[in-house]
Amino acid sequence: MMADSLVADDWPEIVRKIRARTPARLLAGRVGAAYRTGTQMELRRAHAEARDAVRADLDLEKQFGNEFVKRWGLFEVCSEAASKDEYLLQPGLGRTFSEVSRSQLLSLCSAGPDMQIAIGDGLSVTAMSAQVPALLPLLHSGAQRRGWSVGQAFVIRHCRVGILNEIGEILTPAVAVLLIGERPGLATAESLSAYMAYRPVRTHTDADRNLVSNIHVRGVTAPEAAARILDLAAQMMQARFSGTRLMLENARLKKCGVMNLGPPEVNT
Amino acid sequence: MPEGFSFCDLRELFAKANEQKSGDQLAGLAARSERERIAAKSKLADLPLAEIVQRPLIDPGEDDVSRLIAESFDETLFRPLQHMTVGEFREFVLDDATPAATLKELKWGITPEMAAAVAKIMSNKDLILAAAKIRNVTRCRNTMGEVGVLGIRVQPNHPADDVGAILLAAFEGLLYGCGDAVIGVNPATDSVETVASILKALNFLIDAYGVPTQSCCLAHISSQLAALEQGAPIDLLFQSVAGTEAANRSFGITLSMLREGRDQVLEHHRRRNVPWKGSSVMYFETGEGSALSADAHHGVDQLTLEARAYGVARAFDPFLVNSVVGFIGPEYLRDERQIIRAGLEDHFMGKLLGLPMGCDVCYTNHASADQNSADNLLFLLAAAGCNYFMGVPCSDDVMLNYQSTSYHDALAARRIYNLRPAPEFLSWLEARGIYRENEPVLLDVPARRRLIGELESSLERFA
Repeated sequence: MMADSLVADDWPEIVRKIRARTPARLLAGRVGAAYRTGTQMELRRAHAEARDAVRADLDLEKQFGNEFVKRWGLFEVCSEAASKDEYLLQPGLGRTFSEVSRSQLLSLCSAGPDMQIAIGDGLSVTAMSAQVPALLPLLHSGAQRRGWSVGQAFVIRHCRVGILNEIGEILTPAVAVLLIGERPGLATAESLSAYMAYRPVRTHTDADRNLVSNIHVRGVTAPEAAARILDLAAQMMQARFSGTRLMLENARLKKCGVMNLGPPEVNT
Repeated sequence: MPEGFSFCDLRELFAKANEQKSGDQLAGLAARSERERIAAKSKLADLPLAEIVQRPLIDPGEDDVSRLIAESFDETLFRPLQHMTVGEFREFVLDDATPAATLKELKWGITPEMAAAVAKIMSNKDLILAAAKIRNVTRCRNTMGEVGVLGIRVQPNHPADDVGAILLAAFEGLLYGCGDAVIGVNPATDSVETVASILKALNFLIDAYGVPTQSCCLAHISSQLAALEQGAPIDLLFQSVAGTEAANRSFGITLSMLREGRDQVLEHHRRRNVPWKGSSVMYFETGEGSALSADAHHGVDQLTLEARAYGVARAFDPFLVNSVVGFIGPEYLRDERQIIRAGLEDHFMGKLLGLPMGCDVCYTNHASADQNSADNLLFLLAAAGCNYFMGVPCSDDVMLNYQSTSYHDALAARRIYNLRPAPEFLSWLEARGIYRENEPVLLDVPARRRLIGELESSLERFA
């Protein structure tokens, strides 16, 4: 058969080393002008996982387990998007709480904490259930060590990033942190983002937010992410603002991997 | 016209004449029924082109893209078209009696809004037929866009800007005959240091193998220019552009920034010891929906705004322009059908306006599309004479988290339509033993080792 193959001896050591560490699908070989069958099946499998992660519906008990939900007192609220399709096609609906959810938040959370953590399904329930069980306890204990009060965490169904503004207006935290499932790629459907803002209000845009993205096993690990989120929160509290201004005034941050917000691509 | 549909202005008429797009629905501009859609199309077909010139959809007083379009419009060239309706213009474009050369001569007499209007009343097949007539050739370090040529941008992105992994991915692309359009990296971190290190590494690769192609780092224009000041070489200056002043502002750019940036890069090219084939130095990306997502659409539909983005692009003599057609997500282009339609429209409008149009045939994982959808659009656009596509390892962009087209796809499209890489690049591939008889060779182990040998020490450096 006329096909490339990837036999270890074909390439020098350095090539094999780089190939092993990059998530990119390098040197897959070919048959004619097409993929090898293994590649073809692997790409379809990865796409299937990504699609299922997008289409999956939030189910607290299923995703986190009864014990975790109880331990953290997690409860579910919902944006104005009534279905997955509505959520995907009308981003605006995912940025506002439903009436019922608003009153739930007011009755179950106390206003004015130093830090409020919210969890959103975003575009990947898989990411949320893979990362939050490790991340939430780390954030909580880190915040307590710093002497901050932490609000009661909750989970938002059909959630877009812009809902941070409403969290700010309803619960008035100093720093709001939204842990939200990123749009899945083929390499992983488990990548989570933490969007953060200092005293978010209705008029805030991406420019007022900071982001720690790529939180997953092969990206930024949960302990690293927790450290960065807590660092950023501390800087916001000190500076009394957040967003690109914070980035500009602290070049050091860039070096520890906190990225500037790019164009609204993921799930704003 | 059939029963009582009325359209209060050109914006409404233009929007409702569109094929179904979720972005126009999101903006509240779309036709509410199929009967309303065809009523709008029919009325648009009867609209004189002169009226489109006289009644700008966005007031030049409040938008610099409208001013740019008005200033670059050539009334003398428009004269042969001035008595045509949009419907007659469609026939003029498709007519065998209208040679490609005529369409090219008229390009500054054709405004983006005219291109949008005629696209709205064309079928997918019309869009392919008309675009296939027009070849727009550009030159930088090589020559893109000639008849029989299909270029490929190698897109070797990495989520942590790992330069070793970027170089290896680019090297693999070269073995497939990809990379003649550009070797272009989207950086994960838009910092001057990162941009400079990527540009230097790509330039090193090009120099090491003597590849007649251009490199590019697709960061914000100001990061690229800052990297240039720090001594990084720039072949192509990249920027995303949109069809309104406000949308461009949301990208952090103005038209004068583009003008000044282009001048700086032209000056930089004059100082470098490179055998330039020509002086097209800009690379633009666009995409339907970008203005709406920045809340900067002025009540105008996304197809028309996309045409206006091409109005911006063509003012700067670009080497490459492509829409990133399925990247923006299902709220703007819901599924395969809408993505394919948009891809064909974008390519046709760009070609009619004189641009060297390529296409990033792509989709995100929350749209109703898959790799079969990308296969379909790739082959339709190759039939339409698209200048170039993307080459991403196995189509999976591990930094931007979306799927595009692959090195394998490039091979397939070139084979089916009997297309070649850019001429200078093809000569290089043959001289290097990578290509034989218009196809990449399956290299044996010693040949591969010989080729990678020249890069090995630098890969070690970045390991």
